[in-house]
Amino acid sequence: MTAAQILGEVFYTIIGLVFVLVGVKALKDDGCSKKITTAAFWFLLAFTFICGPWVPKWLVGAAIVIMAVLTAIGGVVQTKNDVPDPKEVRANADKFGYKIFIPAGCIALVAVVGATIGSKVPAFSWLTANNAIGLSGMVALCVAILLTKCAPKYAAVDGARLMDNVNTTGILPQLLSALGALFTAAGVGEAISYYVSMIVPENNILIACFVYCLGMALFTMIMGNGFAAFSVIMVGVGVPFLINNGANPIVVGALGLTAAYCGTLCTPMAANFNIVPAALLETKNKYSVIKSQIPFAIAMLLIHVVLLYTLAF
Amino acid sequence: MLIRLIGVAIVVVGLVLKFDTIATVVLAGIVTGLVGGMSIMDILTTLGNSFVSQRTATLFVLTLPAIGICERYGLKEKAIDFIRSIKSATAGRVIIVYEAIRTLASAFSIRLGGHPQFVRPVVVPMAEGAAVAKYGEINDEMQDIIRGGAAGAENYGNFFAQNCFMGSSGTLLIAGFLSETLGLGETGAIALEVAKWSIPVAVISMVLGVIRNIWLDKQLDKANKGGNK
Repeated sequence: MTAAQILGEVFYTIIGLVFVLVGVKALKDDGCSKKITTAAFWFLLAFTFICGPWVPKWLVGAAIVIMAVLTAIGGVVQTKNDVPDPKEVRANADKFGYKIFIPAGCIALVAVVGATIGSKVPAFSWLTANNAIGLSGMVALCVAILLTKCAPKYAAVDGARLMDNVNTTGILPQLLSALGALFTAAGVGEAISYYVSMIVPENNILIACFVYCLGMALFTMIMGNGFAAFSVIMVGVGVPFLINNGANPIVVGALGLTAAYCGTLCTPMAANFNIVPAALLETKNKYSVIKSQIPFAIAMLLIHVVLLYTLAF
Repeated sequence: MLIRLIGVAIVVVGLVLKFDTIATVVLAGIVTGLVGGMSIMDILTTLGNSFVSQRTATLFVLTLPAIGICERYGLKEKAIDFIRSIKSATAGRVIIVYEAIRTLASAFSIRLGGHPQFVRPVVVPMAEGAAVAKYGEINDEMQDIIRGGAAGAENYGNFFAQNCFMGSSGTLLIAGFLSETLGLGETGAIALEVAKWSIPVAVISMVLGVIRNIWLDKQLDKANKGGNK
């Protein structure tokens, strides 16, 4: 193993420990009737992160299946969190002022600077971009603790609290990348492109750009989930019709997800972003948020087609 | 050919019917593998392999402890203070200022909290306050225009700027896909590139947001003339 890989495993182990903390928190919550299944989910997830590379991979696959069963039966819930007292937070805000943005700003800064140095300076080759992201989290944590002089235990308490807030959807991107790989292995991409090629004339790049962006948006509108649409449309349209025709894969990928978000703006399926806020803001029409967003979304989607056509080729 | 798409169909049906997302995705993977002629052991191994190599997509967890402590020490409160300190003449301009802050925060992976913590308690009262000052009173139609616009600004800033941070979950999903499926190299290095190529969309989204909200002020003028129906 290289130094870069070892450091990477250290970071994955730390992530695993955050999952363990969420699980332990669940076990301690006596008011929660689902504490056993909730804890089981987080411990299994921690197992895949910490032990994943060292055990037979079918064991990891089996762990994922059990985790899916646990979420399917509604067994994974948020448990009691140590939420900071609003009065205390207000007092802290007045005391520290805008300085509290420094640690938060460190995250993006250290990640980008670290990754750039790691790719340019041979002595820092262990600082891969993955490791730079991990490092940025750790540097920001140290800066936050030094700045606020808070007890280091809050790193664990608040880390577990936010992870619990993100809850099971936090692993969705990872799971969907895995699904994309499985789809590709099983020939799903070929099947979709077989049907898409019936509508799209071959080698017409502009129409392919349009179908790709529109496909992302429409699939997201149907499913309410841009991440899921991304995996499907990327496999079925992005790779065969754009990337295999010489498009820059980075540009295709970057614009694909934001094209999907144009669909998110138009669909009641994305309830968290459109329907819940309308209820929260007590608008007269429950579709007022969507109504307000549709012109923006259409303009944005057309701009995506133009950007893709000009930047990717 | 058609049978190979059963996994896609499962994802669509599962999410439309609001079944559990994780279970739907795993089921779609298993069925797709079975239809493709893989054995259960093959499927579990493939699933486990890609899951382990895709752990990068969950690297954002490492930033949570720092963000959590910042929140405990008033990150959101100071952001609210900042927005309150800005004097804007119209509802549209209040929303523009919020969208600018939201876009910037999103690009730096600072989670401000969205509709419940920000739009309802801060942006909407300020925008409606500005409208009341201008028009005297606001009718139901104007109220819906302002509230819809404010909720939208939150979504634009959130969606179209978040991928500018290389460690955001969306950026890592894209990079993970390109690395895993196309063998383009290390996920993190791709993520840095994806983040760079996400900047044009973030800038354009902000420009469109400005136009949208200048138009929002025009919509309010028109709705104001209509009176309270």
